[in-house]
Amino acid sequence: MTSFADQVGQFMGPFIGRVPHNKRLGLRFITAGDRWVELQLPFAPQLLVDPDHGIWASGPIFTLMDTAVGMASMLARGAFEPHATLDLRTDYVRSPRAEATVTARGECYRMTRQIAFVRGLAHDGDPADPIAHVAGTFMFAASKLAPGWQG
Amino acid sequence: MTSPILAAALKGPAGRLDMLPYAALLDLSFERVGEELHLIMPFDETLIGSPGRLHGGAIAGLLELAGLLTVIAAQPEGEALPRVRPVTVTVDYMREGAATASRATASITRLGRRVVNVQAQVWQETEGRGGRDKPIAAAHINFVLDWPQMAEPLEPAP
Repeated sequence: MTSFADQVGQFMGPFIGRVPHNKRLGLRFITAGDRWVELQLPFAPQLLVDPDHGIWASGPIFTLMDTAVGMASMLARGAFEPHATLDLRTDYVRSPRAEATVTARGECYRMTRQIAFVRGLAHDGDPADPIAHVAGTFMFAASKLAPGWQG
Repeated sequence: MTSPILAAALKGPAGRLDMLPYAALLDLSFERVGEELHLIMPFDETLIGSPGRLHGGAIAGLLELAGLLTVIAAQPEGEALPRVRPVTVTVDYMREGAATASRATASITRLGRRVVNVQAQVWQETEGRGGRDKPIAAAHINFVLDWPQMAEPLEPAP
């Protein structure tokens, strides 16, 4: 039997690459589980806000984590359904090291009939020493109980 | 961001922001509108997330830059510029970002020496998009200022 996560894992890489803004930033799929996904954003000079000091803009890190938790909510829903971001909060704990590859892991920790509650972190090599944390909610157009979640 | 070149450019009535590579990626320009600093993000296919809609991350990136540049422009003239960094950013998404130009601005709720609290909004002015009264997203951002003379950690209180 093939799980939804397995199916998603097979085409999520190409899918990520087809989303134009993800492609523009250079975002790539790494791996996924039932309710989480891991993505990466390799360093590129165009992602900086301060090229003199090698300081990353925060927007690309926000985009990476938005994409990771959005995909995690789709995985946890068990289906590709229309959904919209309600809100996302990012805490920037520290700057990424110069020219680092940033990895983000997003998970959906609670799914109700309409709302996915998500959280995640980004790091530049060691998940125990994150650069940023994210928490947020997504809202689904349809109101229904997703498989594997209590109402 | 400590560039005096950027701070000087922001005193002009309008211009591009290509000295910030990520702003160049978003194709941003700015305009002074009264007391406000507006950032304009033209529509481009590379901003798309879901089909026909702007990526939420690009909208957040625009809001963060509107906040950052408003804080830089608010620093007193003639002083060394601090490094301004966002520490917490909360974005509310209120309407879908349509495939059209977006305009963002920010207001400073409190301008402190170490912390600046900012509210930023983004809206779309194309016919049918509601304009400023119907923002597509808003952000609450807390920036911390690192002053050159504060580079050394403060001595702990006895």
